[in-house]
Amino acid sequence: MGEIHLTGHPASPGLAIGPVAVLTHAVASRAAKGDPAQEAAALKAAIEGAAVELADLIATVHGEAAEILEFQVAMLGDDALSEGAYEAIAGGAAADEAWRAALDVEIAGYRAADEEYFRARAADLVDIRDRVVAGLNGADAIAKISGDSVVTGDDISPSTFLAVDWTRGGAIALASGSPSSHVAMLARSRGAPMVVGLGPLPWNGQPPSLALVDGDAGTVIFDPQPETRRLFEHRMAAANAAQIAAEAGRFKPALTANGRRISVLLNVAAPEDVEGLDPAICDGVGLVRTEFLFEGSRGLPGEDAQYAVYRRILEWAAGRPVTIRTLDAGGDKPIPGVTVDGERNPFLGLRGIRLSLARPEVFRVQLRALCRAAVHGPLKVMLPMIAVPSELDRAKSMLDAEFAALTAEGIACARPPLGIMVEVPSAALCAEDFGAAFYSIGSNDLTQYTMAAARDVGDVADLNDAGHPAVLALIARTVEAGRKRGVEVSLCGDAAADTRLTKALLATGLTTLSVSPIAVARLKAAIAGMTA
Amino acid sequence: MHDANVNRAAPTFAPLTASAVLVNPVGLHARPSVKLTQCAKGFTAKIEIALAAEGPWTDAKSPVKVMRVKAPQGATLHFRVAGPDGEAALAAMLALVHDGFGEA
Repeated sequence: MGEIHLTGHPASPGLAIGPVAVLTHAVASRAAKGDPAQEAAALKAAIEGAAVELADLIATVHGEAAEILEFQVAMLGDDALSEGAYEAIAGGAAADEAWRAALDVEIAGYRAADEEYFRARAADLVDIRDRVVAGLNGADAIAKISGDSVVTGDDISPSTFLAVDWTRGGAIALASGSPSSHVAMLARSRGAPMVVGLGPLPWNGQPPSLALVDGDAGTVIFDPQPETRRLFEHRMAAANAAQIAAEAGRFKPALTANGRRISVLLNVAAPEDVEGLDPAICDGVGLVRTEFLFEGSRGLPGEDAQYAVYRRILEWAAGRPVTIRTLDAGGDKPIPGVTVDGERNPFLGLRGIRLSLARPEVFRVQLRALCRAAVHGPLKVMLPMIAVPSELDRAKSMLDAEFAALTAEGIACARPPLGIMVEVPSAALCAEDFGAAFYSIGSNDLTQYTMAAARDVGDVADLNDAGHPAVLALIARTVEAGRKRGVEVSLCGDAAADTRLTKALLATGLTTLSVSPIAVARLKAAIAGMTA
Repeated sequence: MHDANVNRAAPTFAPLTASAVLVNPVGLHARPSVKLTQCAKGFTAKIEIALAAEGPWTDAKSPVKVMRVKAPQGATLHFRVAGPDGEAALAAMLALVHDGFGEA
């Protein structure tokens, strides 16, 4: 039999190799059903028994895993979950059929949800359903799976996941499933590679014996040829060695081989990016995008909601500087009710600071929330898409006015330093003319505006090169302006995380780079190998 | 100071109402739903939630019903509370939401 290649979606990174363990649904048939009173009593006992099992399981796990099970206990303890089943039993249905039907209605409700997160909760309801059904049938709820296996099936329940010892190197390969499921979250935190959405598993009867799981690419190979397996094992060994080396340096300050200190900051697109992350891996946050607050069609976020989010990130950073970018909507980031629809050329239209200045009622709310958050840590505020100094000056006056108004109202606030993104060539060429408290180079837009090529247009993508001498010259010019004016210059675009460009970026005089959390270890390792 | 709009109650426990925006990531999901219902069960007042000021209203003490609301991040959560400890219950509910249910 030839090897089978399947492609799905990555849900938890890493590579794994192991024997295939297929999840099966044990369908034990139940003893004859009794009268409605007996059936109702049987269901009640099974629900209570399931709650006891879950409580026992909670005692053996911690943190996130315990909270997931506590959610199941709370749902199981709520009469609203079982009332439909008891009604059906009163009408003559068997306990297991009635319970299954009631839960299937609930599960269908989750599967129909708009948001991926709520759809993914269906797996928790399936878990609850099957645990109670197993109790009614007198069967074991959970099949025993060895921790070195590649667990394969349609989907896997949190209970099943938690019953496996994942330190033994196993992985998960699912026909359906979701990267947002509780199991995917658990797999990421436990380092178990996981691929979901592989589609129908193409075998009848005898399943394959061995599988290779690539949780980075989202691919699985069943029954690999010896040569495929050898190459995969080689990749695993190399990845392990690189990860061990990089992880060791993650908490150390970034130094080049000749001792130059480079600040490594984080890019944060939403507060959950830093959830569970130790701030000691970075020297601060170089970019907090605020677009996530405005996404969806739920209206604009209020001052309190924004303040709460900004404050939480400052508190997470524990005294390290945090740079928050004001709303950067427009271009490829439309926001209903804020951006202009149908612009002929949105990347050259009303976006970034241009949009904020055109919508002062929206901008002022954000500036007020930022002033209030600034009392909770060293906050810096930066403006996107600045092209001319008057844009910075107008924003500055608005910030000063909101700070003065908050002060007059007796509300705790501080006036954060105001810097600019350098992503329009005019700002890079004339950086010295801006009264900015700092410069942050947005290499993605600076590259596309300098090279007149979008990176998502395949035919011109090769022109979109952040390492082109023209782009590097604009970066060097900005660094020089910062040096002359005595203000900090950082770079927060994707070029910062591209270790092929690190040498060239450091050669421009940059000493501060901002990257996503996942790139920190690799960037620090690359910097350590440079003599720049 | 908040976007709460509290109507003062007569002694007969006329319902108090208020609203707050869900700021925690992904909204009123599993863990926040459990926290909300646990907190609500600590009060004798009848506590209900809704996504619109005019309802439909959902029992805030039932995790199954609260999860059925599927309130996303950024949604405005409306509260309607009636009972002897209504004011304390409403304050506790709003504090939970404003605090993002303690999530980062």
